[in-house]
Amino acid sequence: MFDLDKWKEIWATLRSNKLRTFLTAFGVFWGILMLMAMLGFASSLETGSRRQMKGLATNMLFVWGQATTESYDGLPTGREIQFTMDDIEPIRRLPAVDAVAPRIQLGGWQSGFTVAYESKSGSFQVYGDYPDLTRIIAFGYEAGRFINQRDILEQRKVAVIGNLVRDELYPPDVDPVGTYIKISGVYFQVVGVMKTLRTGREGERDALTVYVPFTTMRASFNMGNRVGFFALTAKPGFAGPAVETQVRSILKQRHRVSPTDELAIGSFNMFQVFEKIGGIFTAIALVGWVVGMLTLLAGVIGVSNIMLITVKERTKEIGVRKALGATPASIVAMVMKEAVVLTALAGLMGMAAGVGLLALAGVVLEHATNVPFGPPEVPLSTALVAVAVLVGAGGLAGIMPAAHAASIKPIEALRAE
Amino acid sequence: MLRLSKINKYYRIATHSLHVLRDVDFEVQDGEFVAIMGASGSGKSTLLNILGILDDYDSGEYRLGDTLIKDLSESKAAAYRNKFIGFVFQSFNLLPFKTALENVALPLYYQGVSRRKRNQVALQYLERVGLRDWAEHLPSEMSGGQKQRVAIARALIGKPRLILADEPTGALDTTTSKQIMDLLSEIHATGITVLVVTHDPEVAARTQRTIRLRDGKVVDDEGEAAA
Repeated sequence: MFDLDKWKEIWATLRSNKLRTFLTAFGVFWGILMLMAMLGFASSLETGSRRQMKGLATNMLFVWGQATTESYDGLPTGREIQFTMDDIEPIRRLPAVDAVAPRIQLGGWQSGFTVAYESKSGSFQVYGDYPDLTRIIAFGYEAGRFINQRDILEQRKVAVIGNLVRDELYPPDVDPVGTYIKISGVYFQVVGVMKTLRTGREGERDALTVYVPFTTMRASFNMGNRVGFFALTAKPGFAGPAVETQVRSILKQRHRVSPTDELAIGSFNMFQVFEKIGGIFTAIALVGWVVGMLTLLAGVIGVSNIMLITVKERTKEIGVRKALGATPASIVAMVMKEAVVLTALAGLMGMAAGVGLLALAGVVLEHATNVPFGPPEVPLSTALVAVAVLVGAGGLAGIMPAAHAASIKPIEALRAE
Repeated sequence: MLRLSKINKYYRIATHSLHVLRDVDFEVQDGEFVAIMGASGSGKSTLLNILGILDDYDSGEYRLGDTLIKDLSESKAAAYRNKFIGFVFQSFNLLPFKTALENVALPLYYQGVSRRKRNQVALQYLERVGLRDWAEHLPSEMSGGQKQRVAIARALIGKPRLILADEPTGALDTTTSKQIMDLLSEIHATGITVLVVTHDPEVAARTQRTIRLRDGKVVDDEGEAAA
């Protein structure tokens, strides 16, 4: 039954001591605001970090050869494992594997190489790549294109440079496409300027790299049949770690490595990284919930405390009501309603403030790509849960004072004069 | 109307107990106007509390109409109070944040009467005590006599069979006291049973019957109506 009187009464009680009501409400307001801020922070960190990882296929796997640590099949321990082009087909035939791109680096893993354009030169990584790489690492282009199949087949001396390579070697008014750069005495024609979609350290490394066709690299620098490492992606729906095990196992067989020798082949698995990162974010969000809830609990205890004082001050009023026919249940309902209204009102204000705060943070963080914070997103469902928690908390806050109010004996109340 | 038989009431204070009412025994007929007198500590307030179902008693029997009032649950007691009894207090006990109209309407609120209906009825009762124009005023804006009249209107609105007034003139000056007693007499004239607890002989003189209490016992019962 909707009854204006009930609301008027609640309003009158809350209004009769504005400062106290305000301070009580502030506890809940603050609790919810903190909860929102914490969840917002967690989500901001997550979106921000995911944004930095963007451009990496999340189902990406790298495999490279190391040295055996077990003697096996008559072969000694300490033997270097060198992958070759012959390894590609068996890997590609695995049903779980989507794209395979063999890569090889001039000078070895992460070593810089002198690359020159006219009189300018710099030290950059030089990679021999297949077009399939773009299915594994996301690229954008500022100009031109990436290596294509004809480049591979014809062993064309073409190169794609990262945008930071361009910035270092070229004056601003020169279009690099069509120009020639010199790598270790061999000239390559630039066909594209690549812009990485990754951010952070990985992105910077991509941008400081020169990409040439794998076959050209092999022929020009006498690399024979060797492959530096394989980058590959799993097909959607296949569990990453299982794919990793399959690929490793095939390579072990092909290179006569003991099945138990885990150190002979190195691999790095993006899915597990993502899983771990996901776990970290879940943990951060959990901490947010716990701390936020505890702050809220402090607010709720405050409400309960104040309601208890209020009820004691209203002993006489409650006595009069009882004398006039108020049942204990109606008194309980009255006090509970006050508690719920107070917490819900304060909580909703806290939530509104929280939404405002997050929106503000969102505007600020939207274009800030250099920090691991993105626009915070607190989903509607979370907000709804918070509202439900609030109303529950209000009820909880009301229980003790309401029980006290119901136990007030009218004669004692009326005697207190 | 109501009958008390051998009512005993003790207050237990720490180690010893205080015998407040001793074998109180009397009957009040429908439509009587009765004063209960006694010095402070005589047990008259306790008696009023028992009569008003605000307190319970240790032994004996209290019947209100045909109903035995003993060991009632709080909800039941509340329902009986609401239905049978109207209270008038010395200190008025109006709710300070409610207007005269809302104060009068309160008992109907606990009967579940709709807001519009009970405000309408409350206005009639305010008119009856001569305060129709004061309906929207808060108690703090009214004189003591006016407040007591609002309280009387509130006591009447539930159409009780019994009005219990606890020192209704205790906080009022002589002239106002007289007006309040006139009002109670008027109410009595409509057939409602009125019980007034007082220590003021002038108030008692306005009633038909005076029950005197001393040390928890009925010592005198003047003008008792024939049973």
